[in-house]
Amino acid sequence: MSRRITVATFVHQDDVRAATADLRQGGFPVLDVYSPHPIHAMDEALGLRPTRLTWVCFLCGAVGGLGMLWFQHWVNAVQWPLNVGGKPWNSLPAEAPVAFEMLVLLAAFGSVLACLAVCRLYPGRTPRDWYQGATDDRYVLEVDEAGPASGASEMVAVLRKHGAVQIQELVR
Amino acid sequence: MSSPLRPPLIAGHKSLADVTRDICTPLEGRPSSWWWAGLAVSASMLLVGLVSVGYQIAWGIGTWGLNKTVGWGFDITNFVFWIGIGHAGTLISAVLFLFRQQWRTSVNRAAEAMTLFAVMCAGIFPLIHMGRPWLFFWFAPYPNARGPLWINFKSPLVWDFFAISTYFLVSALFWYFGLLPDLATLRDRAVGWRKKLCGVLCLGWNGSARTWHRYETVYLLLAGLATPLVFSVHTIVSMDFATSVIPGWHTTIFPPYFVAGAIFSGLAMVLTLMLIARKTMRLEAYLTARHVDAMCQLMLAMGCLVGLAYGTEFFLAFYSGNPYEQFVFLNRAAGPLAWAYWTMVTCNVLVPQVLWLKAARRNFALVFAVSILVNVGMWFERFVIIVTSLHRDYLPSSWATYVPTLIELTTLVGSFGLFFTCFLLFCRFVPVIAMAEVKGVLDVGHETRREDAVVTGEAA
Repeated sequence: MSRRITVATFVHQDDVRAATADLRQGGFPVLDVYSPHPIHAMDEALGLRPTRLTWVCFLCGAVGGLGMLWFQHWVNAVQWPLNVGGKPWNSLPAEAPVAFEMLVLLAAFGSVLACLAVCRLYPGRTPRDWYQGATDDRYVLEVDEAGPASGASEMVAVLRKHGAVQIQELVR
Repeated sequence: MSSPLRPPLIAGHKSLADVTRDICTPLEGRPSSWWWAGLAVSASMLLVGLVSVGYQIAWGIGTWGLNKTVGWGFDITNFVFWIGIGHAGTLISAVLFLFRQQWRTSVNRAAEAMTLFAVMCAGIFPLIHMGRPWLFFWFAPYPNARGPLWINFKSPLVWDFFAISTYFLVSALFWYFGLLPDLATLRDRAVGWRKKLCGVLCLGWNGSARTWHRYETVYLLLAGLATPLVFSVHTIVSMDFATSVIPGWHTTIFPPYFVAGAIFSGLAMVLTLMLIARKTMRLEAYLTARHVDAMCQLMLAMGCLVGLAYGTEFFLAFYSGNPYEQFVFLNRAAGPLAWAYWTMVTCNVLVPQVLWLKAARRNFALVFAVSILVNVGMWFERFVIIVTSLHRDYLPSSWATYVPTLIELTTLVGSFGLFFTCFLLFCRFVPVIAMAEVKGVLDVGHETRREDAVVTGEAA
């Protein structure tokens, strides 16, 4: 399905954020904003919910930490009890360091891999929306033209008001 | 015009495009003759190291100067030294990130790279020390045909294996994750095979706000995970010593003492590299006097902590009433290896005190000299801890001394070769400054810039 989108380019991060907030208030569906660096408070302007990746991190960490604690206990006290200096088989303090390291390892890799998966970033990916300058010094805003009936002229006016340096239409 | 309240982080009114150009251009042209000269020297050192490592693996570790009394010498000294160097990278990239120290953006990429290379150098030494390094995988707990006989999870050496491997993997992940937006910038400037390569490496990054939103959260999570990790790693390294029953090692002060020392030595190494890089790569606008100043203050604080630890150790040896403990400390300060002890105290405690003076922190030649001396001092700290605690044990008839052999010295040279070879290749192929992060703080201290622009526009 092809649809028409308007692409506006800005040179200041404050402008693109303000334009995003204004457009969304006017009922125009802002699809995405592309920028060379994260823009402060852009998530609010775009109305993005806080990401749930923190839970992925927590779960992976819990699996790593508790799993390794269980494994060490099984090795030390169940599968092959080994007497080390007459200490208890299942001495918990000695098991803490390795369990902690596995917690960190799994939490770190789990959250990064999950992040790449939900952002659909993978080797060999060719991004569908790619704009020259968005990784250099330009802020690019995409609006779907299937907005309110009052339509295009109002949208262009908002973009111009916020200092868009270039506005073009694309069919995708 | 700059704000009187917040001095600018990046000097000279750089625009976003200037940042991209300044950081990317050196990677796209031909390397300078200075770079080739540096690479020739460091690659030669690496070659010397490779030959000597090959030799000692073929002949066994009898090629070292160790004896029955001094069972740990150069190898463990170098291991702890390199691991410590790595810690400042994580401090800068993770701890300062959590503390919202925005000046770190200019330094963190290079500091993290330094962490990776230092951990690689560190890993070599325990590997050789195993004697049969090709069996290193016996360290991993996997079902095996020997029983299965599991590894001893109550041994600090096993903890060390887990700590160091986790540290290396997580640091590499943190570094690569931070590199994704900059690889996309390189892709968009490049042509031909470079464009393809960067396109694959950046995983198809396009700077979408939805991606940034998740990316920032995960970056924060990684920083939050790396911070306790860095403390745990050197804590565990110190437990290699502290859990043994050897006077001079068997103390509870070791974990914080080692962590402070590690960060101290790492900061010195970052400063050394930073001062070289800003001159040779013309990054004066990004690594300003303010950055050097902040690093010096951190180094001074860490130096004072290390000095406090030296004093505490001595006091506790006296206060413990344990004659063996007392002997080890008197032997350190006045025994046959007293020269090493006093080198350590001079370089680590006395020399950094000059950094209290603002004029000294502004004098880059002096700061460079201090950073080199701190590196030397911190190497000696590990040597003193290891060798002076061992060489005079409970039985005077077995007292001995330790002299490194040529093989051990060339292995140390080789590890420096590996470190600098990797660092030079990094400077050549990877943006040494995190462009996406610097672009985010470009306006700090230049808040009036937009009004200036408007005024100029009206005048025109």
